[in-house]
Amino acid sequence: MKEIKGIAASPGIAIGPIFVYRPAELVIHNLQAEDASLEWERYQNAAQKALLELVALRQKVASEVGEADAAIFDAHQMILRDPDLEEELRAEIDTGATAESATEVVFARQVKSFEEIDDPLFRERAADFSDVGRRVLCILTGVQDNALAALDAPAIVIAKDLMPSDTAQMNKAMVRGFCTAGGGPLSHTAILARNLGLPAVVGAGKDVLDLKNGEWLVVDGGAGVVVIGADEQQCNQYQQEADRLAQERATAQAHAHEPAITQDGRQIEVVANVGLPGEEVDALQAGAEGIGLLRTEFLFVERRVAPSEEEQYQAYYPIFDAMGERIVIARTLDIGGDKPVPFLAVPHEDNPYLGWRAIRIGLADPELLKTQLRALLRAGHDHNLKIMFPMIATVEEMQAARALVDEACAELAERGAPYAQTVEVGTMIEVPSAALMADQLVRHVDFFSIGSNDLTQYTLAADRGNPAVALLSDALHPAVLRLVDSVVRAAHAAGVWVGVCGEMAGDPDAIPLLLGLGVDEFSTGVAAIPATKALIRKLSLVEAQALAREALTQPGAPAVHALVKRWMGEH
Amino acid sequence: MSEIELIVRNKVGLHARPAVLFVQTAQGFQSDIRVLKDGKEGNAKSFKAILALAVNKNDKVVVRAEGPDAEQALIALTKLVENNFGEP
Repeated sequence: MKEIKGIAASPGIAIGPIFVYRPAELVIHNLQAEDASLEWERYQNAAQKALLELVALRQKVASEVGEADAAIFDAHQMILRDPDLEEELRAEIDTGATAESATEVVFARQVKSFEEIDDPLFRERAADFSDVGRRVLCILTGVQDNALAALDAPAIVIAKDLMPSDTAQMNKAMVRGFCTAGGGPLSHTAILARNLGLPAVVGAGKDVLDLKNGEWLVVDGGAGVVVIGADEQQCNQYQQEADRLAQERATAQAHAHEPAITQDGRQIEVVANVGLPGEEVDALQAGAEGIGLLRTEFLFVERRVAPSEEEQYQAYYPIFDAMGERIVIARTLDIGGDKPVPFLAVPHEDNPYLGWRAIRIGLADPELLKTQLRALLRAGHDHNLKIMFPMIATVEEMQAARALVDEACAELAERGAPYAQTVEVGTMIEVPSAALMADQLVRHVDFFSIGSNDLTQYTLAADRGNPAVALLSDALHPAVLRLVDSVVRAAHAAGVWVGVCGEMAGDPDAIPLLLGLGVDEFSTGVAAIPATKALIRKLSLVEAQALAREALTQPGAPAVHALVKRWMGEH
Repeated sequence: MSEIELIVRNKVGLHARPAVLFVQTAQGFQSDIRVLKDGKEGNAKSFKAILALAVNKNDKVVVRAEGPDAEQALIALTKLVENNFGEP
């Protein structure tokens, strides 16, 4: 038996035969063509299609993984639109090459020339040219790189690292777990595994790529270990643990549609974070009692012209329709700064996270924000719409934003359009100043929703997407918990409810703490909903309150984690 | 024709996000813009050409622009480089 230590990326245990993913080979049959202009058109069509794929991938990765990972697709789009590269392709096609042959030759030339650069940083870019060239070639040759799509038996997928383009087409129903040679806890594979609820170990080193298809492997995602050649007794032990975990998950899923009521009778609302049209359906299946965070960025990113009220209405309406009477909390546009929105022409900034973004843009361009508000108010007519604003830092901003809601309502009333007339208006609490001023802010809101990801980043001044400081950016740090505590106290004193809509709301270590601090609503990623509900059902509010008080007095995040683990063991 | 000499001082040089920003900025102008480094020359509107120059931290480059908005282009690119592309 051999144990390989990697990085714990997604908890759970998987045992089974492995499938080592190696990307398909592309063979080009037609090298010569007669009609150069036809071939050029074929290339351009394929490039256009590839561009659309990249735009979609960028959006998907930005919402699922984060901006840092999505940025690679900006570079890929730049490569596809590169005028020098187009010139080389056109020249190659003019010599009589087919579109696919020209693509292969020209992109291979780039790869080769980059591989020859001495500087390792620039040499690595060869991989990007190879990836983009491959994307265009797959379209031109009609090859679907579908080894992962064709998985027809349960397997543990092993790969060097999985790219978003790989996992998008994977037959996820057959995948039991992941083990990648590279990648970190925030890699695409890691996030995907957590979203799918599958065990994963990443960064296990290249030796795992030498394993043979069909060989058995144990992936212990909680411990960050993979085991090769385990004997029967060890396999049995792992299997028992895996069964126990699977049983827990199945129980959670079976009760997903039941309310989350604590042992001592307190009902907690569990709702979903939704970022793309269609996700509301998954959310309902997972047992979401509503949408606690409807991200609306999908309508705005990559746009050269701002979406019209009508276009936005058409995009929002089906979501409200699917949710029926359940609550839908729409967050107004949270764009700018680091997110590319061409129509806004955001000036270059030294520090986009502290710059012109979110509500700051909306207040500076009231027509842009009101257009969105009108679309939401119309789509929310006869539904349970609530509106919240991102990145509110001051009371004045909240007052100004709220006034725009009133203006939007007045405009719709004047037009005689049906709209949601009694809409609750709230704010995200993401900026420490807003958390500290919650007792003042609360006079201007109907609810608070704590955006724990940004609140943590801003409180600890550490970007969780930056591996060098990611560990510092821990939502369980007492500094963050104290802010949550004071927000909840201020809100409850004024009779206002508080939700949490960051990753914290679905984190098993954080759930007892948030419950104990008095959070009324948990909004999590769709996949985490059944387990979040199941965990809440096991807890007692009174005991969680005692735990939370103790957590607030700890010196740091490690002590809080240790405290929660010990407490969970005892309860 | 106008030209200006710049020293790239951000952490990664003309790579990744800074390279994307540099090329995007250049693409916003009509003028023909070239970047020269150590006797090599590349089209500032071509991502691959800019990457291929392998401009590192503290490298000196010459940016040359020719066309109706050459001056504005050089000002915009200078600002971008001097602000270290927004890196802290």
